Amino acid sequence: MLNLFNAIFNGISIGSVLLIAALGLAIVFGLMGVINLAHGELMMLGAYSTFVVQNVFKPLGDPLFSTYIFFALPIAFIVAAIAGLILERGVIRFLYGRPLETLLATWGVSLILRQFVRSVNWVLVIGILIFCLLFFGAYIFLKRSPDRDRIKSWFLGLLLLISTGIATTSSILIAQLGGIGLTRPWFSARNVDVTAPEWLRGGIQISTIQFPYSRIFIIILTLICLMGIYWFLNRSDWGLKIRSVTQNRTMSACLGIPTNQVDALTFALGSGLAGIAGCAITLLGSVGPNTGQNYIVDAFMVVVVGGVGNLFGTVLAALVIGTMNYLIGSGILALILSPIEALKPLTDFFTFFATTSMAKVMVFALIIAFLQVKPSGIFPQKGRTAEL
Amino acid sequence: MSEGLGRRKFLLYGSAAFGSSFLLKACASPSGDTGSQETTPGTEEGAAPETAAPEVAASGDTIKVGILHSLSGTMAISETTVVEAEKLAIQEINAAGGVLGKQIEAIVEDGASDWPTFAEKAEKLIDQDQVVVIFGCWTSASRKAVKDVFESKNHMLWYPVQYEGQECSKNIFYTGAAPNQQIEPAVDWLLENKGTEFFLVGSDYVFPRTANTIIKEQLIAKGGTTVGEDYLPLGNTEVTPIITKIQQALPNGGVIFNSLNGDSNVAFFKQMQGAGLTPDLYPVMSVSIAEEEVRQIGPEFLVGHYASWNYFQTVESPENQKWVNDFKAAYGQDRVTNDPMEAAYIMVYLWKQAVEQAGTADDLEAVRQAAIGQAFAAPEGPVTMNANHHLSKTVRIGQVRDDGLFDIVWSTDGPIAPQAWNQYVPATKGFACDWSDPTKGEKFPIEGV
Repeated sequence: MLNLFNAIFNGISIGSVLLIAALGLAIVFGLMGVINLAHGELMMLGAYSTFVVQNVFKPLGDPLFSTYIFFALPIAFIVAAIAGLILERGVIRFLYGRPLETLLATWGVSLILRQFVRSVNWVLVIGILIFCLLFFGAYIFLKRSPDRDRIKSWFLGLLLLISTGIATTSSILIAQLGGIGLTRPWFSARNVDVTAPEWLRGGIQISTIQFPYSRIFIIILTLICLMGIYWFLNRSDWGLKIRSVTQNRTMSACLGIPTNQVDALTFALGSGLAGIAGCAITLLGSVGPNTGQNYIVDAFMVVVVGGVGNLFGTVLAALVIGTMNYLIGSGILALILSPIEALKPLTDFFTFFATTSMAKVMVFALIIAFLQVKPSGIFPQKGRTAEL
Repeated sequence: MSEGLGRRKFLLYGSAAFGSSFLLKACASPSGDTGSQETTPGTEEGAAPETAAPEVAASGDTIKVGILHSLSGTMAISETTVVEAEKLAIQEINAAGGVLGKQIEAIVEDGASDWPTFAEKAEKLIDQDQVVVIFGCWTSASRKAVKDVFESKNHMLWYPVQYEGQECSKNIFYTGAAPNQQIEPAVDWLLENKGTEFFLVGSDYVFPRTANTIIKEQLIAKGGTTVGEDYLPLGNTEVTPIITKIQQALPNGGVIFNSLNGDSNVAFFKQMQGAGLTPDLYPVMSVSIAEEEVRQIGPEFLVGHYASWNYFQTVESPENQKWVNDFKAAYGQDRVTNDPMEAAYIMVYLWKQAVEQAGTADDLEAVRQAAIGQAFAAPEGPVTMNANHHLSKTVRIGQVRDDGLFDIVWSTDGPIAPQAWNQYVPATKGFACDWSDPTKGEKFPIEGV
């Protein structure tokens, strides 16, 4: 009985990690149809925000330090949401309806973000700020001037050159004057150490089995996020607009819904959830520039299996995949079958797949088989939405 | 939506992106602590590439050497530290007058944790940059990927990391531990002090799988049992199934032998602690976790677990004292030193000694012959290059303490001679390697076995 409970708990806990990583993607990819390969990097930004918050809280000592995770969660959400907003406004909004270009562009963004956290330092930040200030400042100025159409083409080229030049020169100057403090990378390519607060490190002991607090925390966090999104999408004013835009963009626009703003908000929401996921995974694994890469494939897998555009399907898919992964990978399935003599070949079959690598192979094979039967996932979209 | 994107706007944003990428490049270069060639003494104009003989490169004022490690990707966590140790050694040698009166110029390439990239970059260093030696690689997979390159071009690689053995290339010098200098003593020590039931965990690539083959054979020979084994794909962070397996296989505690590499260690130890597998019942012996990794995983998850190495920062010797101080002075007081870094550091010196004895850096055959027998007073204690291109090294076992360093709980009395071919594995039992004798070479049967 206890073993069964343990198995269910472990299945759910793996599923909840998958789910929290996939929730943001379920919105961005599921509702908006944007294949966002930078989703993992938004998680990574959330994880790094957690690292920064942890370091800010470290000198404060206990008991304040042990609560840092509650501050890290909203901050990770905000950081990732802002990054997502910039990404949407700067790149993705030009590429709606062109999935292949979006795929390539977001892949590029994910590379940029990974390299950014490796090499970010004060000089780089100052340089980018100067460039943005000069370029976009002048651009806004240009927009207001009366004869902008006439001078726009050559003026922009010139502007670009000048602002790049000024920003580069000034940052090189700063680098030379400022010394090591300014040029030292904030995080460097090395992984950083995020330590869970003391109260999240142990576990509840029930007879011989210990249930880790960190896992319970993630399950609860996932539940809260899920309820929050459900409420937001189904009960709030903005949620109604989001749903209407995803169902019929043109009609919504005709009825006066600001589709541009809705897009930006939806994307920021999805990105923010990625940030929360990033904060959660610091409890389990490492934090480094490549952290996001470990989760992105699984997140897409969950959303695709669940059925694009359906939140409930995502939940179900995450739990099913998590449980399958656990049952096959830990060898429990083989263990359950082993007493039955008639099923000997089947037992051998599952024993063969009872390693972490092979379990993954098996799960993917099952998913491929499943998608042959139901190509659009557990809950396929019906009616008009399916045409979009 | 797409009507919002005019040609003008596309041009505008495209050029903005182009400009900012320029900016990124410009700002990143003065700051880079990796990748940039700080050790270049600035005299590369003199080093005109010789085209007559492909291996002659050091005819100018500098001797070009290659450094080939992952500066990005999953292995960057470990390999960047090795690069720093190699650069420190090169700086020290240059400050002391260089090799044969010439300064060493290091050319750094990024293998990007991708094995084909390693092979590609090795070819680039040899053919294009015409280096006389390459210091590089960490994972066995990357070494295997470049091995063919070095053998076909008859070039020279110095490899600084402990590895699984079962290899003895004429073109590679191994300054990390062979299995009989790390894994085998660790298993013996565990059998004696911690228990006879072993669970083996490793990353899913060549080193852990070969290492575990050796351990399994050794356990059979010494009366221990392997109760289970599992491998995580590199970068995987979900270890719940493995923990369940450990709990099932070892309900009352037992030894876990861990050869996970890179990020997976963090997940493994964090989740071990969450599941209540504590070091008193489930001591973990790791062969890929040193001071640097402890710092990044967080000592609080590791306190009480063990690691087996040839060198720990806590080794007490004047050489080590000096080296730790020099390293901290160069890279920051908060930094730590570890075994692969030490091996990387000493291999540059061993190469220098070999070049000086041979009197040339260009004639690789002469350098290879001169390298055998080179001794060096290393921070870990005296080391000697053997005829099988491996080093004699002292073996130590350490236990992680609160400050993230190791208490040395056991060590051998002196250096242990390396065995390239493992003597527990039936396929290689009775074989040895000797490059000083042309009739013996890579793999020859030992007399009387």
